[in-house]
Amino acid sequence: MIFRQGIVLKVKNLNVDLGKERILENLSFEVKEGEVLTILGPNGAGKTVLLKTLLGILPYKGKIEWMPKIRIGYVPQRLPFIKDIPLSVEEFFELKNVSEKEIKDILKSIGLEKDILGKKIGDLSSGQFQRILVGWALASNPRVLLFDEPMTGIDIGGQESIYEFLAKLKKERDLTILLVTHDLSIVYKLATDCLCLNKKMLCYSIPKDLTTERLSQLYGGEIKFYQHNHE
Amino acid sequence: MGSLMLTKRMALVGDALGHVALPGMGLALLLGLDVSFGAFIFLLLGIFLIWLFEIKTSLPMEALVGVIFVASLAIGFLIVPEPELLEALFGDISKVSFEMTLISAVFSILIFLVINRIYPKMILAHISEDLAKSQGIKIKKQNFIYLFFIALIVALGVKIVGSLLVGALVIIPAATARNLSKNLKEYSLGSAVLGVLSSLLGGLLFKLAGFPAGPMIILVATLFFLISLIFKR
Repeated sequence: MIFRQGIVLKVKNLNVDLGKERILENLSFEVKEGEVLTILGPNGAGKTVLLKTLLGILPYKGKIEWMPKIRIGYVPQRLPFIKDIPLSVEEFFELKNVSEKEIKDILKSIGLEKDILGKKIGDLSSGQFQRILVGWALASNPRVLLFDEPMTGIDIGGQESIYEFLAKLKKERDLTILLVTHDLSIVYKLATDCLCLNKKMLCYSIPKDLTTERLSQLYGGEIKFYQHNHE
Repeated sequence: MGSLMLTKRMALVGDALGHVALPGMGLALLLGLDVSFGAFIFLLLGIFLIWLFEIKTSLPMEALVGVIFVASLAIGFLIVPEPELLEALFGDISKVSFEMTLISAVFSILIFLVINRIYPKMILAHISEDLAKSQGIKIKKQNFIYLFFIALIVALGVKIVGSLLVGALVIIPAATARNLSKNLKEYSLGSAVLGVLSSLLGGLLFKLAGFPAGPMIILVATLFFLISLIFKR
């Protein structure tokens, strides 16, 4: 495949099986530089599997081609075991060999003070922890960020909304973002494209084409969503 | 090593492996070889089997370790000659020669260096296999290296505290350090320092009062643990 200017990721006829079950079927899409692609779908639709496959963690059939030598950051959904260990925030960054200067830059980006470095991860508020997870993904300066439903329903602290936080990061670091989310306000406000997933790809469009009919087709049953602004 | 084992919820693996070492120790005693050598051979075999079973079945690691360990205990009891049984079970520091002490020291340094190197990777893999894999860490390889060194450390330990108590030597100092530490450095370094301190004091009690060294070392370690409960963070 030849990369046209500005194409970060090309996926063609992607199939993923886990055990005997087919989790993803015949997915094809492209992501351009600077896009925010949101991935929508009900639980068990294969959203997380899609992200992990794109990261190269899971085996697949079909084609996944990233722009050569591109750096990718990954924010996982949750890390249940991290609170088992006495691990300071600084040590968490050191697991990835992040330099002191870079840690400083990252803290600025994610809106946390330097004194958090000495704190135990287990003692952080969930908002702080979410920011740290994002910060960890930002280390080594990725061009693409994969978010697995990072902050839904959690107050990330400060005056910022999640939407503002992501928008700021994207601008500041010139990121392309792939985001799994249930939060439709993010879809409408931030996303440039969206992919509706339920094993198969049900739609691939720009957010304003995401109609109530499409959503009820995706989630099943009668749901209503009105496009509106939270300010 | 202890802090990693505790983190990975493998607290009883050292214990179990101590038993796995028993048939090897028995054979070594029969053949007049060093017990650590015999123990190591059987530990490698045991660990290889556990690793193999883990790939072949979906049973949890502890179940697999359980199967291998009771089987080894049974075989060991049959093999170890009766006069030496007590030595094999509880260790005998007076049988450790100067050469063997040197060899143990060299191996200990080696273990320390290697574990130090894979430590961050192991911790990351414990936190999230996905994150570790996305960082290009080969988890299976790390686990194998780690298990290999557990075998080595248990083989060195059985000589001093015996097959019944060797697990405690790995785990109790780590549990104590865990109580006292607020970050990973304190935790890992603290376990190592407490392990050394317990061994030294236990050895001293053996020298001065003539109590058997193995149980003394473990009791000193346990005392530290009890004290740590008072200062728990």
